[in-house]
Amino acid sequence: MQYTLLILVLPLLSFIVLGLVDSKWKPKVAGTIGTVVLGIITALSYFTAWEYFSMHKVAGVYEKVIPFNTEWLRFTEFLHIDLGILLDPISVMMLVVITTVSFMVNIYSLGYMVNEKGFERYYAFLSLFTFSMLGLVVATNIFQMYIFWELVGVSSFLLIGFYYTKPSAVAASKKAFIVTRFADLFFLLGILILSFYTKTFDFGKLTSGDASVFSGATGATFLGYGVLSWAMAGIFIGGAGKSAMFPLQIWLPDAMEGPTPVSALIHAATMVVAGVFLVARLFPVYITYTPEVLHGIAYVGAFTSLFAAVIACVQTDIKRVLAFSTISQIGFMMVALGVSGYGEHEGLGYMASMFHLFTHAMFKALLFLGAGSVIHAVHSNEMNHMGGLRKYMPITNWTFLIACLAIAGIPPFSGFFSKDEILSACYEFSPYMGGIMSFIAGLTAFYMFRLYFNIFWGKEHKHHHTPHESPFAMAMPLVFLATVTVLAGWIPFGHFVTSDRANYDIHIEWGVAGMSIAIASVSIILAAIMYRKESEVPKKLATTFAGLHKAASNRFYLDEVYLFITKKIIFNNISRPLAWFDRHVIDATMDGFANTSQWVSVKIKGLQSGQVQQYAYVFLLGTIIITLLVLIF
Amino acid sequence: MGDLLTNLLAGPVPIEAYLGVSLIMFFAGVYGFLSRRSMLMILISIELMLNAADINFVVFNRYLFPGHLEGFYFTLFTIAIAACETAVAIAIIINIYRNLTSVEVGNLDQMKE
Repeated sequence: MQYTLLILVLPLLSFIVLGLVDSKWKPKVAGTIGTVVLGIITALSYFTAWEYFSMHKVAGVYEKVIPFNTEWLRFTEFLHIDLGILLDPISVMMLVVITTVSFMVNIYSLGYMVNEKGFERYYAFLSLFTFSMLGLVVATNIFQMYIFWELVGVSSFLLIGFYYTKPSAVAASKKAFIVTRFADLFFLLGILILSFYTKTFDFGKLTSGDASVFSGATGATFLGYGVLSWAMAGIFIGGAGKSAMFPLQIWLPDAMEGPTPVSALIHAATMVVAGVFLVARLFPVYITYTPEVLHGIAYVGAFTSLFAAVIACVQTDIKRVLAFSTISQIGFMMVALGVSGYGEHEGLGYMASMFHLFTHAMFKALLFLGAGSVIHAVHSNEMNHMGGLRKYMPITNWTFLIACLAIAGIPPFSGFFSKDEILSACYEFSPYMGGIMSFIAGLTAFYMFRLYFNIFWGKEHKHHHTPHESPFAMAMPLVFLATVTVLAGWIPFGHFVTSDRANYDIHIEWGVAGMSIAIASVSIILAAIMYRKESEVPKKLATTFAGLHKAASNRFYLDEVYLFITKKIIFNNISRPLAWFDRHVIDATMDGFANTSQWVSVKIKGLQSGQVQQYAYVFLLGTIIITLLVLIF
Repeated sequence: MGDLLTNLLAGPVPIEAYLGVSLIMFFAGVYGFLSRRSMLMILISIELMLNAADINFVVFNRYLFPGHLEGFYFTLFTIAIAACETAVAIAIIINIYRNLTSVEVGNLDQMKE
């Protein structure tokens, strides 16, 4: 399957070409090149998936295929960084997800970004992002993953700051970069600790179940926990940074400053699930050696999910609502991984997490693209500026509704199936966990339909010009993704991706499913009562729970806490003294050298008079003195 | 004193006489090099020193290694090289004169800054 290399090479080439020509070509040409390349690699990915899932099953288990691997950098006898391609069920699934969403976003952007300055730059960055993300998922070893991990971070930074003349966008891109970079520090530490004790970066060796790989780490502890736990926790923190887990989620809502298709691709469907993918990739290590870290992941995921869902209920910027909903849904995936066991039925959570990742990528991309379509029509992000749009934008309305039903967990849409599997995995872990997740699922249905009714129903806002349906380039991806959202639930996902790569038949537990359908329906009805027509209920609720409402609107003041910690504590107590030390000690020493040598040179400058005769005179004098000395001694 | 004079006039010219001449020439050159202000005069002083050295070559060859000719050849070489050197020096001096309308060596410290 050597051709999979093309899936990586083509977007890279596209990035280089589009990046180099910049504005020398017409915008349409650049857009077309980017889109066509994406189309080709999408087709290649589908073909890869077909070939992999149909031909590489050995004795009921999908084998790992490494079609390409090359040694890139060797550190020691054991440790070396390779660059290669690893195909296993999750990476093949991610190939399909990434290329599909990316392709749709590329087409969509042809319509959405058409009059923007820097259209070529935009497509170049999209290609760079696609390349990095694909490289991340097919990485054969943890260090290659880290390299591409940073590359997606950079492309995310570049795309959030696409409108670089807008101060808020610049601030948001900086924030995203710094926060994720801070988390990546722990990722790197985790990698270093892990590789120090296991003598390998290779995923194949780490996840092979061979206990001898980890024998070096047995007995080594630090502050009461095994070093392996620290390493895996550090790696998870890296994943938590990219996947916006509490308390590192602060960058994601701000990242909505980027163009909407970018939010759909990077901050909803692909990059933010990199953390989930990372945990899934190292899942055998987590479950076998550090189950306590895995449980920690479950609790972090559950808390983040709840936290984000509550905030999403009161936000008024539609993209921010979607951003918090993304955080909440990634929380679901993390929880599912955290509560999962290994193999057969035990591994239900793992399968459910990957399934939800797949379906969520599709319907969340759809939601974002739909939101983009709405923003394109009314030129505003604020809910209050919308309302009653269903008459003007039928396609957007219907596709958005499908996505909302899917995320709310209503059958037969895809979200129902994946979320139901997550919930049953949670109930098997502990009834409390299941109860909390069901509650969050209800909140999800509520805030999504609050969003839906506020945009498409409710009181019509006075528009400057009549809103219109989006052009074909934007409507087509909406329809395609909606179709996928409707159908994806029927995919027998357990036949493709499971924790032990063997077959698993999904069966819906109607007890759990019935309850979650009921909860979702009640939430939707509540939302309909409150927001479908103009009503006083939301305002009354807001005044009754004024404290909670205000806190949630301000995202529980977490950004303020961060600012306080960084500006007041870290800057004042660490950075400023360091700056003082730098200026008055290190710089001063260097200045001292410079000043001294300058002073000396001024003093001895007189000797170099430039007068030849003076030199000759000194020379002669010297000669005479030496001669005399020789004669005397 | 009478003997020395007799020897000088009657016998072959002693080596000290030649060396005395070249010594006087050499230090006349050194003095000129140090005291003259004009570059042309300095050039002439250099020539004087070179010629003093040439005389030494010839004399030492003649008195210490009669029958050999290395010293003479060396002198010929030196004269040729001195001629070239003078040509170059004159060219430089003319250029300096064109730029500064002066050949006073004391004025030539522009490169210092």
